[in-house]
Amino acid sequence: MSAYLSISNVGMTFKGANGPFIALREIELEINSGEFVALIGHSGCGKSTLLNIVAGLTRATTGGVLLQGKEVSDPGPDRAVVFQNHSLLPWLTVYDNVKLAVDKVHSKTKNKAERDAWTRHNLALVGMDHALDKRPQEISGGMKQRVGIARALAMEPKVLLLDEPFGALDALTRATLQDTVMELHAKLNNTVIMITHDVDEAVLLSDRVVMMTNGPAATIGEVLNVNLARPRNRLALATDPEYTRCRQQILEFLYARHRAPAVHAA
Amino acid sequence: MAVKTDVLSKADMGGGESILAALAPRVIGGLKHAATRVLPPVMFLALLLTIWEIACSSPGATLPPPSTVLSDTWELIIDPFFDKGGLNKGMFWHLASSLQRVAIGFAIAAAVGIGLGVLIGQSTLAFRGLDPIFQVLRTVPPLAWLPLSLAAFRHADPSAIFVIAITAVWPIILNTAVGIRNIPQDYRNVSRVLRLNGFEFFFKVMLPATVPFMFTGLKIGIGLSWLAIVAAEMLIGGVGIGFFIWDAWNSSLISEIILALIYVGLVGFMLDRLIGFIGNRVGGYSSQ
Ligand SMILES: Nc1ncnc2c1ncn2[C@@H]1O[C@H](COP(=O)(O)OP(=O)(O)OP(=O)(O)O)[C@@H](O)[C@H]1O
Ligand SMILES: [Mg+2]
Repeated sequence: MSAYLSISNVGMTFKGANGPFIALREIELEINSGEFVALIGHSGCGKSTLLNIVAGLTRATTGGVLLQGKEVSDPGPDRAVVFQNHSLLPWLTVYDNVKLAVDKVHSKTKNKAERDAWTRHNLALVGMDHALDKRPQEISGGMKQRVGIARALAMEPKVLLLDEPFGALDALTRATLQDTVMELHAKLNNTVIMITHDVDEAVLLSDRVVMMTNGPAATIGEVLNVNLARPRNRLALATDPEYTRCRQQILEFLYARHRAPAVHAA
Repeated sequence: MAVKTDVLSKADMGGGESILAALAPRVIGGLKHAATRVLPPVMFLALLLTIWEIACSSPGATLPPPSTVLSDTWELIIDPFFDKGGLNKGMFWHLASSLQRVAIGFAIAAAVGIGLGVLIGQSTLAFRGLDPIFQVLRTVPPLAWLPLSLAAFRHADPSAIFVIAITAVWPIILNTAVGIRNIPQDYRNVSRVLRLNGFEFFFKVMLPATVPFMFTGLKIGIGLSWLAIVAAEMLIGGVGIGFFIWDAWNSSLISEIILALIYVGLVGFMLDRLIGFIGNRVGGYSSQ
């Protein structure tokens, strides 16, 4: 029995102006249904590239991705993506942004009234049902990400892909959104891959933390199992020994063994 | 009962007073706005007219002062709708036929320009092939096309319309293409994840994302059309504001030329505002 999602021998070489650039090599990862996996690594190591390959937005030069035994060859709503800068369409309201996805993905399975209800339901899940008629530029960054998450969830994806969804948010907004994501994961039991730069976020949210080495030719350096019971509470965890151990191990990987490449002063 | 009505009427009076009190600042604000926005242009216009009047009142002046322009053209101003047959028509009819040519030529330019803009915006091959050609062609002055189009169409009207279209089309093409190239990769990625087909992508993402750019091009285009029509009509003749100016010049009616120039300016300004207004209505969102 193979894994729900399997990434095997994925390598990515970009054809650049000054010769080929090897971004990723020999990525091997198996993810189970309902699992929450965090992807952490220094900036520029290739996290987004890997996520885009899983999404089907970028084609790997070697290897491939299997979802439920089927090869991923192009993007599709079964692998919904939440992008770092929310990517809501500014000319549509909050409701219409989600409705666009619902209408497209559920055109055959739901009738008009059901699609309307499903749109509202998903916006309510992320706590945005109070701003249905607002435009993206009228709501805060955290709210935009909530709408982005609602849009992705509304597609009922097999895998939810989050590319640093909270990277641009302040610490307090970030914390409330992390709680929302945890609640949603508990309720819906989605399979999630989430890119993050934040060690605490990785430990708090995920079942496994995948640590990537620095590029060029980055690959998976280490995979850490987070053995913390759910539901998790950020206050209680602060003093939990397992939490401290996980945190310590990631910090050691990132800052002792795989320091960010030194920036040479000009 | 009596007491109640009393209370009610008091409340009513109070309400009336408070409405007045609430209105007062808005009325004052409106007056202030009028004073700051309307007063300066009116003052400078008066100043310019005065200078013109003084400069052109001397016996040797070659141009008439505003007072003479007004008295000379009074008949034309008060009756823009007369039609004495042939070319002897009121200002309205001249402007209307010029506007009609612009409308047709500009509509052709908009349709062709947006189509070609989408093409070179979407396809790198089309961009590489066509952009250099467009960059050269767009520098050809509008009137230089006129002899060629007269040779091709052999009639005045289609030639003038062609000149309008070819003048206005370049900024529409180029701005539309820029708009399309500026569609954020994220929007394209969202469309790909949703598997929008080409038709859905065009209407739901590409068009709304590009509308502000398109209208920039359309606005420049309508301005150029209006510049070109006046010049083209001077050469082709017939009813139209351009020919009216040329005819006035041939009859040495300088005051009529001045009146026509004022109309040309006002109509051009209104065309510009009209496109701007439509653009704001259609693409009425500010991009982040
Ligand atoms: N289309 C491309 N063409 C050429 N090189 C690319 C392309 N996309 C990414 N790269 C390179 O691949 C490497 C990995 O990029 P990627 O965006 O995946 O990094 P990342 O880990 O997501 O970084 P960050 O944390 O800053 O978002 C970088 O060195 C980048 O310059
Ligand atoms: Mg990235």
